[in-house]
Amino acid sequence: MVSFTLNAKTVSIDAEPSTPLLWVIRDQAGLTGTKYGCGAGLCGACTIHLDGVAVRACQTQVSDVAGRKVTTIEGLSADSSHPLQKAWVAVQTPQCGYCQSGQIMKAAELLAATPKPSRDQIIEHMDGNICRCGTYHNIVAAIELAAKEG
Amino acid sequence: MDTMMDKTRISRRGLLAGLGGLSFCVALGDGATLMSAAEAAENGKAFNAWVRIAPDGKVTIYSAGTEMGQGTMTTLPMILSEEMDADWSKVSIEMAPAEREVYGYTFAGQRDMAIVGSRATQLYFNDLRMAGAQVRKILIQNAAQKWNVDASTLRTEPGVVVNPASGARLAYGEIASFAAIPEKMPPVDPKELKARKDWRLIGKGVPRRDIPEKVNGTAVYAIDVQLPGMVYATTLHAPSHTGSPDSFNGADVKKMPGVIDVVKLSNGVAVVAATFPQAMAARAALNVTWNGGAAGAFDSQKTLDSYVGVHKDPKAQVVNLEKKGDTDAAFAAAAKVTKADFFADYGYHAQMEPLNAVVRIAPDGKSAEVWEGTQAPDASRDAVAQALGLEPRQVAINQCYMGGGFGRRTLGDYAAECATIAKAVGKPVKLLWTREEDMSHGMFRPQSFQCVEAAQDASGKVTGWKHCVVGDGGVLLHTGIKIPYYDVPNQNLERRGVSHGVRVKHWRAVGHVFNVFAIETMVDDMALAARMDPIEFRLKHMAATPKAKACFETVAKMCDWNAPRPEGRALGLSVSERSGSLGAGVVEISLDRDSGKIKVHKVWIAVDGGMIVTPGPAKANIESAIIYGLSGILHERISIKDGAVEQSNFHDYNLMRMSDMPSEMHVQFIDVDTRPTGLGEVGNPFIAAAIGNAFYRLTNKRLRHLPFTPERVKETLKA
Repeated sequence: MVSFTLNAKTVSIDAEPSTPLLWVIRDQAGLTGTKYGCGAGLCGACTIHLDGVAVRACQTQVSDVAGRKVTTIEGLSADSSHPLQKAWVAVQTPQCGYCQSGQIMKAAELLAATPKPSRDQIIEHMDGNICRCGTYHNIVAAIELAAKEG
Repeated sequence: MDTMMDKTRISRRGLLAGLGGLSFCVALGDGATLMSAAEAAENGKAFNAWVRIAPDGKVTIYSAGTEMGQGTMTTLPMILSEEMDADWSKVSIEMAPAEREVYGYTFAGQRDMAIVGSRATQLYFNDLRMAGAQVRKILIQNAAQKWNVDASTLRTEPGVVVNPASGARLAYGEIASFAAIPEKMPPVDPKELKARKDWRLIGKGVPRRDIPEKVNGTAVYAIDVQLPGMVYATTLHAPSHTGSPDSFNGADVKKMPGVIDVVKLSNGVAVVAATFPQAMAARAALNVTWNGGAAGAFDSQKTLDSYVGVHKDPKAQVVNLEKKGDTDAAFAAAAKVTKADFFADYGYHAQMEPLNAVVRIAPDGKSAEVWEGTQAPDASRDAVAQALGLEPRQVAINQCYMGGGFGRRTLGDYAAECATIAKAVGKPVKLLWTREEDMSHGMFRPQSFQCVEAAQDASGKVTGWKHCVVGDGGVLLHTGIKIPYYDVPNQNLERRGVSHGVRVKHWRAVGHVFNVFAIETMVDDMALAARMDPIEFRLKHMAATPKAKACFETVAKMCDWNAPRPEGRALGLSVSERSGSLGAGVVEISLDRDSGKIKVHKVWIAVDGGMIVTPGPAKANIESAIIYGLSGILHERISIKDGAVEQSNFHDYNLMRMSDMPSEMHVQFIDVDTRPTGLGEVGNPFIAAAIGNAFYRLTNKRLRHLPFTPERVKETLKA
């Protein structure tokens, strides 16, 4: 059993220590907003926060998070009220939407440390997250809007 | 998503063949409707299978626009709502059941639900307007009867029938509580449709309904579906696309933790386990001896090289795609002939959600439920039924959001595979392909060779045009080969087909990618040789149509075409037609000669897409196609050696990332009054030639092989 904090609740999960956190979150905890895209840390669709730091859930073993704080898209806000979520809706950023949980979680890490990022800072920070629909410019626009309206 | 429908439940009155080729299901509030038992008990009234109005005013509209990010799930009901004059805030959307006879559009003489080729809005637009007008007419008729007035004196406001003479008002929900639906639906004359100036929804920027769910993790993709007792499967397919398993270590793998079964498939081996990580571990432990089949030794590079010979082979199988005028005479009389060869490699869809499906078979084996994100729910239903030996009506498809489609998801092949596995293990199964599987067992944009020849008369006018495409893929190879935006009097377009057994598929405008590349590079070559401005050459010597002229002139204004560019930058122009739309585009690029990396800084495109129904998604679709095009042209390449795909994940199949995106993208729609045409793809095919044409202006070298990878760029610079 591994115990950790998942979106402000303590959970105890029965899984092999080496199980990727991604599948624990999705299939055992039932929080499916975090997506599987590549399983190799290459696309960012499974980005979550571990103690406030954006990490790839597919590259994080469940044993690594024992006693730590995990936040997923479902825990970013209770009611889609995080400035980034509001900006994402205002800009109508998502298309297929599959990568967007990971994009928002990655962007949330940026704004937490850098409330007013430059465009170059945004691009550098977000470059590991693939969006196949090519919504990159609307992701940038939404981050800039959230930073402005924060 | 309780939308399972049996044909026998549709209607006692049967299908009314109807307006604009779309059949309406006459559905009354007496049980012969799509309502659930609970809804029927609430005495809701259903006007047809597309629309349901409840006494509380809630309107439910089925959407046949499968949602993969293009927005048609919202757009189609909005079109119907416009003519119905529904209160959009009271409209809820449900995905249409996989019932092509009711929900399909008519294309090429048959009914189909496949949302491909940017078809949804263009093919449903007229029919949904007529359907909406018909519903509105019935509501007005019922109000007129209630008030005992002439129906022609009544008007509607969103969700309300109004009597201007008396000031009386009846909400649609109130009418639904007493309305009678006529035996025969009232005909609607197209003249009765709303004038464009009266539209409240179409063209007005209605937000997409799927967006809120896509920012908080609640949007349900098939990969997210969980059922009681469900187990997890993943497959190792044969490395060769024609391969099959000969023998494998099934007994050993079955002893691994959590493994429930190992299932032999015709083209691979599936492992089933209690959890997905266990299934992946079992897949990794599989040791299979394969029969390679016909493509077992396939080599994509050698095969591509051989296409040149196929083009020259008098015995090659030739399909004529267009013959116009007397091409031989035009070439014989030509003052100048230009000829060039072009190549393109295979491309992979790389939709972000690896392919997956969930299937539950009833204990008696006589019905099945499927959860899938599919571009063609009707085709998936057929494929699953076939896999299970059932009739299609015994299979219910629960449409989920798609994490990208791009043409890959129209066959239901992975749902059928899931059904086969579920039948073998006797449990509900979620089948999920790993990214590696999704890529190596992909269905690709075909590789191709093209030879284009043009004849010009003494005045420089292009009088003859020959375009031959060689490859494997039938119609996939020749989309975009025609040039209806130019008026060249003598043309001979042909396809020379070969067959390899490598899986090929539609891919966001597919053949347009390499055909338009060849066409627009060729035109640019002639413009340069004639020392003419590329736009002027297209207007004067290619006799560009008025529609194309408007796009060229608009994009020229947008990018300030004649203005000097910064040192090391150059512009390139190209044009493409797709699904009735036309787009003329310009890119501004620079080149790092040491690394061979092309950087696209700015993109401008002027699009004639008919009337714009949803401005936000329309623009987003064009931008998305631009990025998809740039990614494909600059980064993406599938190669096959010894029958196996050489790439496996995003470290060796490179997709465009944020740092690669152009700093500026400008999209402008030509303001026209014509029927909407497809917008999902027209932003893509112009890209390759536009980049290549800009590249020539920087280097005096021609790129003739897609994609323009850095290695290939460096080779071209050295040549």
